[in-house]
Amino acid sequence: MRKWLSKNMIRIYAGFALLYIFIPVAYTIVFSFNITKKRNINWQGFTFDNWLNPCDADGICAALGNSLRIGFISTSISTILGTMIAFAIGRHAFKGRSSVNLLIFLPMATPEIVLGASLLAMFLNFGINPGFWPTVIAHVMFCISFVVVTVKARIAGLDPKLEEAARDLYANEFETFRRITFPLVLPGIAAAALLSFALSFDDFIITNFNSGTVSTFPKFVWVSATRGVPPQANVVGSVMFLGALLIVIAGQLVNRKRVR
Amino acid sequence: MESNLKTLQKEQTPSLLKNIKLDFTPYLLLIPGLLWLFTFFILPILNLATTSTKTRSASYETGSFDQTWRFLNYVDAFVENQDQFYRSFIYALIATLLALAISYPLAYAIAFRSGAMKNILLIMVIAPFFTSFLLRTLAWKQILGSQGPVVTVLQNLHIMKVGDTITATSFSVIMGLTYNFLPFMTLPIYASLERIDPKLIEASGDLFANGLNTFRKVTLPLSMPGVVAGTLLTFIPASGDYINASILGNPNTKMIGNVIDSRFFRVVDYPTAAALSFILMAIILIIVSVYIRKTGTDELV
Repeated sequence: MRKWLSKNMIRIYAGFALLYIFIPVAYTIVFSFNITKKRNINWQGFTFDNWLNPCDADGICAALGNSLRIGFISTSISTILGTMIAFAIGRHAFKGRSSVNLLIFLPMATPEIVLGASLLAMFLNFGINPGFWPTVIAHVMFCISFVVVTVKARIAGLDPKLEEAARDLYANEFETFRRITFPLVLPGIAAAALLSFALSFDDFIITNFNSGTVSTFPKFVWVSATRGVPPQANVVGSVMFLGALLIVIAGQLVNRKRVR
Repeated sequence: MESNLKTLQKEQTPSLLKNIKLDFTPYLLLIPGLLWLFTFFILPILNLATTSTKTRSASYETGSFDQTWRFLNYVDAFVENQDQFYRSFIYALIATLLALAISYPLAYAIAFRSGAMKNILLIMVIAPFFTSFLLRTLAWKQILGSQGPVVTVLQNLHIMKVGDTITATSFSVIMGLTYNFLPFMTLPIYASLERIDPKLIEASGDLFANGLNTFRKVTLPLSMPGVVAGTLLTFIPASGDYINASILGNPNTKMIGNVIDSRFFRVVDYPTAAALSFILMAIILIIVSVYIRKTGTDELV
């Protein structure tokens, strides 16, 4: 028994860590089925109503729509711009490499509140009102660095022999890129896009500074927190969780097929 | 070992880049993204620097300030909010250490002890963090709250007195910070553990090192880049956070983020908010650069 314990100590510890990670998620999912109108604190009984009418809570679907739109637009822009930078760093020689690296690192080393506050102060100085597009601009800004880091890691992990082989087979530079390099880096780009969407969708601090009167899902949760978060918000949270789970599992399956 | 790797990389890079002519392509690839970062990150920071030295204009109109280059704003802002600064960094430090204590064994177990379960476990670590982080923090508030299951059980067991709370304490704020930034700690550590060649660990065993020595001399040093990246990605957002302190804390657990937020939106005192943001950023950059130098990993990005 003691031998078993000491052998599996780390597995047991990891199990507890996973439990800690899962408790609030389980709570969120369970309370999405609660019979309640506004104050979703005590368990009143089980219902599917919240799942069938997720838009019943005032303003939640408008907020969700804005979050999705902001997420898609800023993910597309930041993924394109970040991937371009990652290719420049990973596959080209140029002057000022260390300054570029610093410029990529700095936004990640800056607390969100500073990013949000400084951008808002500049928008206000130039007479630009906070709203939808200032929020998109802000999200692209803080997502770019994460895209660069993720895609760069994938490029660095590529075997250069594959590209050399393509050139040996008389593929020109563009063709090597299109048929070999890009497809191999694609999973990294997909991961970066997913990460960037998650960061954008879940962002509250920077969004709160730059969105003005435009509501987003995290803002909806924050505002309703004082009165009691409606169970429909738990439905949205649960759907996000399950959606992410499906996407990641699908990605794993696709990868496994490719390896075979 | 590591220095060998580095020289190897250095030797490889030129041969890899040799075939590519030094042309304009990299600059064309860089310009759009860097221009975006320059316009919406660097310029705002510079603008914030000028805002931080303004003073309220003579008309006392809300939101109107004159540029007076009053650098004393920094001293005033710091002296007035010392407690919150001190608290932010202490909370962030404790949360970072706790997150490391939770994440390292977790990442280790996933990387080396999970067999076929590896990918599933990895997904289980990441997926919960797609539920909105505000919802998760609010869930903790209710789980640990006075009507929640934890307090009820502890009170029935007479471990907690009636009227005592878990929420609205510094404990719950630190717990929330620890929880919310866990994936930023776990993923980099996992990534660096996973890269370790199992042959190195075998070799260490062949040289009669026991499990503990192998860990101390081989595994841990090789996973240091992940530990450094993870601790930074936890410590930086934690020190600037104000959500956990707002939801799980009380007026005496306010962090510097709470002060900046209220200076901006409630007091409409942009210069003080700007000065505080700058001090926060400066302290973080100093801590980060000392830390990176001490741990000797400058290849974070």
